[in-house]
Amino acid sequence: MKISVIITLKKDVLDPQGKVIHQTLDGMGFDDVNEVRQGKYFEIDTKENDNDKAKAKVEEMCKKLLANLVIENYKIIDPK
Amino acid sequence: MKSSVITFPGSNCDRDMDVALKKFGFKNKMVWHADAELPKSDLVVLPGGFSYGDYLRCGSMASKSKIMQSVINFANSGGMVMGICNGFQILVETGLVPGVLLRNKYLEFICKNVFVKINDKKNKYFKNVDNEVFEFHIAHNEGNYFCTNDQLKEIEDNNQIAINYCDENGKIEDQFNPNGSLKNIAGIFNKEKNVLGMMPHPERMIDTSLSGEDGSLFFKNLINNLK
Repeated sequence: MKISVIITLKKDVLDPQGKVIHQTLDGMGFDDVNEVRQGKYFEIDTKENDNDKAKAKVEEMCKKLLANLVIENYKIIDPK
Repeated sequence: MKSSVITFPGSNCDRDMDVALKKFGFKNKMVWHADAELPKSDLVVLPGGFSYGDYLRCGSMASKSKIMQSVINFANSGGMVMGICNGFQILVETGLVPGVLLRNKYLEFICKNVFVKINDKKNKYFKNVDNEVFEFHIAHNEGNYFCTNDQLKEIEDNNQIAINYCDENGKIEDQFNPNGSLKNIAGIFNKEKNVLGMMPHPERMIDTSLSGEDGSLFFKNLINNLK
């Protein structure tokens, strides 16, 4: 089963990379952008076939390694 | 005094640290990250470098390596653990010291000498040190210290800030902050002050012909405090 995870920076954490991407987009003529925040995307292929169990395991992975909860939020995308 | 320097894949200041520790009297051992047992030590150092290529987040992979469980146990039983640069990043990822280290504010790799002011001397790292200000070297891309407001309050209430970026006279101002660190924080203790994480490299300041002597003062003082 494949499960996807999106990790984003929390609201009040400075994202200098997102800021530079925003400025560059602005310079390219995409001048209607309000803000850009950069994040991370993971695809985890697990042997677990039970939807709930797999999600619970991935959540544990997020808490223990994939995200740093001081600065990041994680979102697990429901497997289809 | 016995010390151990942990080498992770991608560490590159481990041998500099070995040279510095031996120069000032430590009997140092190099310890491989995949070992489980920590040799008997009075001080454990997590050196600078780019462990695991800085994948995912700086220090995140190294913080889960085999030896780290022993280092965490050692720290939790009161053992002295010092993380320099990438070692500091590893320490925050283990949770031994609070906060995180973000990408530098202006997205530049910074490599230069800086001044840091000692904020607290009631600990084994800086007790009896004559200086108020040290000149150390920094070389990092992710040294921008950040923590939540609650953490900051706790850190300040417990006096856990070890050193702040400043000018040569010890003035702590925004203009002397190289990387955007919260409150100019360059180094931080755990609550008990036996664990120290800092971005500057004292091991690069131990030879008058190559650099300054402030690292020498730091290590000489440290070994005396541990005796």
